[in-house]
Amino acid sequence: MVWETVLLAQREIRRNVLRSSLTILGIVIGVAAVITMVTLGGGATAQVTADISSLGTNLLQVHTGQGGRGPGGTRAPAEMFTVEDAEAIAREISGLEAVAPNSSQRIQAIYGNENWSTTVMGSTNGFVLVRDWALESGREFTDAELRAGKAVCILGSTVRKELFGDQDPTGASIRLQKISCQVIGVFQSKGQSSFGSDQDDFVLIPLRAFQRRIAGNTDVSTIYISAKDSGGLQGIKLNIERLLRERRHITNGKEDDFHLHDMREIMNTLTGTTRVLTALLGAVAAVSLLVGGIGIMNIMLVSVTERTREIGIRLAIGALEQEVLLQFLIEAVVLSCFGGLIGIVLGLIAAAAGAHALQVPFVFNPGIVVIAFVFSAAVGVVFGYFPARKAARLDPIEALRHE
Amino acid sequence: MTPAASNHRENGSLIELRAVAKVYGAGRAAMHALCGIDLSIDQGEFVAVMGPSGSGKSTCMNILGCLDTPTSGAYLFQGVDVGKLSRDQRAMLRRHYLGFVFQGYNLLNRTSALENIELPLIYRGTPTTERRAMALEALQAVGLTGWESHTPSELSGGQQQRVAIARAIVTNPKVLLADEPTGNLDSARSREIMDLLTAFNRDRGITVVMVTHESDMAEYARRQVHFKDGLIDHGNSKEESL
Repeated sequence: MVWETVLLAQREIRRNVLRSSLTILGIVIGVAAVITMVTLGGGATAQVTADISSLGTNLLQVHTGQGGRGPGGTRAPAEMFTVEDAEAIAREISGLEAVAPNSSQRIQAIYGNENWSTTVMGSTNGFVLVRDWALESGREFTDAELRAGKAVCILGSTVRKELFGDQDPTGASIRLQKISCQVIGVFQSKGQSSFGSDQDDFVLIPLRAFQRRIAGNTDVSTIYISAKDSGGLQGIKLNIERLLRERRHITNGKEDDFHLHDMREIMNTLTGTTRVLTALLGAVAAVSLLVGGIGIMNIMLVSVTERTREIGIRLAIGALEQEVLLQFLIEAVVLSCFGGLIGIVLGLIAAAAGAHALQVPFVFNPGIVVIAFVFSAAVGVVFGYFPARKAARLDPIEALRHE
Repeated sequence: MTPAASNHRENGSLIELRAVAKVYGAGRAAMHALCGIDLSIDQGEFVAVMGPSGSGKSTCMNILGCLDTPTSGAYLFQGVDVGKLSRDQRAMLRRHYLGFVFQGYNLLNRTSALENIELPLIYRGTPTTERRAMALEALQAVGLTGWESHTPSELSGGQQQRVAIARAIVTNPKVLLADEPTGNLDSARSREIMDLLTAFNRDRGITVVMVTHESDMAEYARRQVHFKDGLIDHGNSKEESL
């Protein structure tokens, strides 16, 4: 009986191809939107995770101020670190590969007629090691240059391109504020980060040169630390925290005025953000599914009115109320499931195209496909029930008389 | 009263209406469609129901067809009081014992003749192959072999009514209720339809109750029941002796 009804429903749907397709359009769009959003969101999350993992999970960052919101979070002003803090960490904590004190500022870099606003970072060769930057050409700083704070610099590939074009910049001098700085090397390109910023847009100079000639102080805003392996990271974090509390004279019971986080923490924050965004977009898309359901109800009501006489005939012949109800309910569910299937196919195509355009990986999520399909079927049941009940409750005498 | 009929009476009639009244509305606006009628119809009878419009014959047919229930009185079908049955129980009664033929044919549009005839069998749960065979046989019985794949719009009025009769008798019902089956047809087609009904009544023992305006058609029946103002007009009703 149920199978008969499914066949009957699909015949009824084929009879009115145009109307049926318009009816399911809402469901198609809804399901496609949900699938696209969630799939792209999953791709973005995967991208962020991959990007951060490539930085190395054994990387630690120490910032001043209370925080823990990751990049972009607000921090209360606090006393800056000094080079001595970084040296103390390197000296007293075991299991570290490199420690790089770092300060930075946005500055206009000028070469000849070209100028380019970029981030100037003061650090040591440790920075190169910790952040895993490779040199494309030239050399790192010498110990003498670092000690003396000589005006020498290594360019990120974006800065090189903007100021020098295709020329080899090695040996040339660029101007950063009032100082003239000799280019000794160029970093390899790392491209865009997953947060959308250009990782190659910076100039690295010796920390001492930055402090004396640009910042005019002895502050260190961030210390980058890389551990030899990521296994003992928790212990290392605790040791660094204890050391810094001691050096910054923080008494017991008071909160840290600095924040230490590893890449996994940043990764969790970022993927959490992407997930929330994905859920939000998915929810918005789900609303269109609901609207699609109302479309189905509308058409089913019209269909019941149009087919009143048919319903009368069926009832007179001996159809039970529930059989008529089932017939119209199944018709609505077949419609919505069909819409769901088309929506899934379109959604996956759109997601694949979108992933290509946004350069995020296409991550097929079977869970959301199943959920979207079940949801579209449920929409058919919920919004098909009212018209179906209306049909089943018809008085056969009245229905037969209906023109 | 024939001896055969009284025999049936002793065993209980197939159809028995006892003081059946039907009132639409209430109070002053109440419309008395049937004012208490008694009627017995035995297995195998062919009854013509006649009367002017508004005389209550359609209401009576709706009650006989278990589509409607009496306001008062009792309708016994094979001894069962239909008025006490639920909507679904009455549907089951229609499904298993009744066949309907309407003036306007009432076939499903855009559905082939064969599928129209199969419809009551689907609700009975008859398996597909058996269903097909039964429908083809019914189609043959009404002389439409070869027309099984035609839809109602491709058939003439007479042919449509024959498909409707095939649909009504395919389940081998106890009673066939025909509401002005020849109302939309010319006299030649009407005679064909009446011949079919007579044949099914005679050969298969299907009880036929038929509403008609035309006395020519009523002549086919062995018994005529006349309605007037919601009552049976016994003066006009007549019964042919067998």
